[in-house]
Amino acid sequence: MLEVDISGKVGALEFQAQFESEGGVTSLFGQSGAGKTTLTNMIAGLVKPDRGRIALDGTVLFDAAKGINLPVQRRCIGHVFQDARLFPHLSVKSNLTYARWAGGRSGSRDFNEVVELLGLSTLLGRKPETLSGGEKQRVAIGRALLSDPHLLIMDEPLASLDQARRNDILPYLDRLCVDAGIPILYVSHSIEEVARLSSTLVILSEGRTPAYGPVAEMLTRTDLGRATGRHEAGALVHGNVTDIDANWGLTFVDIGGAALQIPDLPAEAGDTVRLRIRARDVALAVEPPKGLSIRNAFQARITSISEESGPYAEILCALEDQTIRARITRASVADLELYTGKEVTVLVKSVAIDRRQRNLV
Amino acid sequence: MDFFNLQPDEWQALTLTLRVAAAALLVTLPLAILVAYILARYRFPGHGFVNALVHLPLVLPPVVTGYVLLLTFGRKGPVGVFLDNLFGISFAFNWTGAALAASVMSFPLIVRPIRLSFEAVDPKLEDAARSLGAHRFVGFLTVTLPLALPGILGGAILGFAKAMGEFGATITFVSNIPGETRTLALALYTATQTPSGDLAAFRLTLIAVVVAFAALIASELLARRLQTRLGGGNA
Repeated sequence: MLEVDISGKVGALEFQAQFESEGGVTSLFGQSGAGKTTLTNMIAGLVKPDRGRIALDGTVLFDAAKGINLPVQRRCIGHVFQDARLFPHLSVKSNLTYARWAGGRSGSRDFNEVVELLGLSTLLGRKPETLSGGEKQRVAIGRALLSDPHLLIMDEPLASLDQARRNDILPYLDRLCVDAGIPILYVSHSIEEVARLSSTLVILSEGRTPAYGPVAEMLTRTDLGRATGRHEAGALVHGNVTDIDANWGLTFVDIGGAALQIPDLPAEAGDTVRLRIRARDVALAVEPPKGLSIRNAFQARITSISEESGPYAEILCALEDQTIRARITRASVADLELYTGKEVTVLVKSVAIDRRQRNLV
Repeated sequence: MDFFNLQPDEWQALTLTLRVAAAALLVTLPLAILVAYILARYRFPGHGFVNALVHLPLVLPPVVTGYVLLLTFGRKGPVGVFLDNLFGISFAFNWTGAALAASVMSFPLIVRPIRLSFEAVDPKLEDAARSLGAHRFVGFLTVTLPLALPGILGGAILGFAKAMGEFGATITFVSNIPGETRTLALALYTATQTPSGDLAAFRLTLIAVVVAFAALIASELLARRLQTRLGGGNA
């Protein structure tokens, strides 16, 4: 368990961060300049906060009041940097084993297992400069894992990669998040990555942490619009794959009270999946519409309507224990006479749930 | 054929020169690496002063440096007396004094390229090493130092060359004593001051050229090997 409660001034940024995470994958989400890297550097011990306390699994890493400030090398935190930071004079293999021959770490994690997990076996003899960006990041992740960390920090490992490379590395991250067996602090400004990988979400905005909690819950909080980004806002739902129609290329996912039809989902019947449905891809109707191409239509109850000063309104709809988020115009809210508690038909275009927004759990 | 055989005094001057330069380099190099690293990585009050102090022998007339050494490390100098009384070490008028003079004179030339190469190594790599459990010093030894090796080699060659050719500070500090402080440069000077010393001077010049050439070729080979080890291609 990671407990962070720190504050201080870093450059021009007044910093105040407070959150706890129970393990699993915790995402630290915020726009560029929100102070994400500063916060991870503080947790890692590379930057010293002015006040506060950081503890990991009961071990105090930093406590300003008690004068405790454990040096970086004794914090047992694996750090995957945005820019990989492989040692250019060492082979991939020597980079991977660095923590063992230079860091004095015991090496309880099996070398071959990590190499296999990250697909590194063909790279071992090469020098970092001959690797692609995605390969470098995979080596950096392996190197951090092999230092037997109690926490793995990944500071925007995909930020410096193009979309193709990202898609190459994401499956490795999926497996890592499930198989690593250690808590991961994943830093990102991409809501897509956050929704795909994490279980807990910490929002960071202008050096502050206005909210943290389970990721599905956080993504449906409309009061965090500015921090989570309006355009990409959306809800996360869980579902079970019930059937696959190979003829039409559709996968049927039961999300509790409603069956979604999703094209081309890489899953099998019985799998549990998580889907991110963007608010702007959801439409509402007061009565079941006819003659529509939209295949996903189901009844839900409005639980909240938040209207902003702009032309938009954010609507939350409850569907048994899950929440769908819709973004429509304020004019529609008025025309349809929507109110909290009203039963509506939720419409989601099947093709809106694209390949990058879903993930096996 | 006699022309190609070294005379005893020539041989003496050559071995003395190599000994002085090697001793100077051995003492100076670790200190230069330390000072270069501190100057490259840390900003502290007095940073500019230390930097100026290191470079002082480069801009002062060598005779001045030699005279200052004589005043401090000579028989009557405070440091000289102290070392003599306590450890029985004396730099006055022997080859260790020549090595000391060569050390001081070559120091700025060694520090400069090493400092530049330390500055070229990303300090973030040291953070990465520490995050993997390596103590600061271990990180320095395993990451920064190997990456700065070309610069260290360059500094060492420059320093060695300077130490071999050092003249002004040496003759001022420890005089020109055959077998003790008469290095190649001083022997050549002596020859030019002797009537009919032209041939001797010419022979000493040839020796200096040959030694310099050999050193340059050796360093070039070493640099090339380093390059293949540090940079490019599969290991």
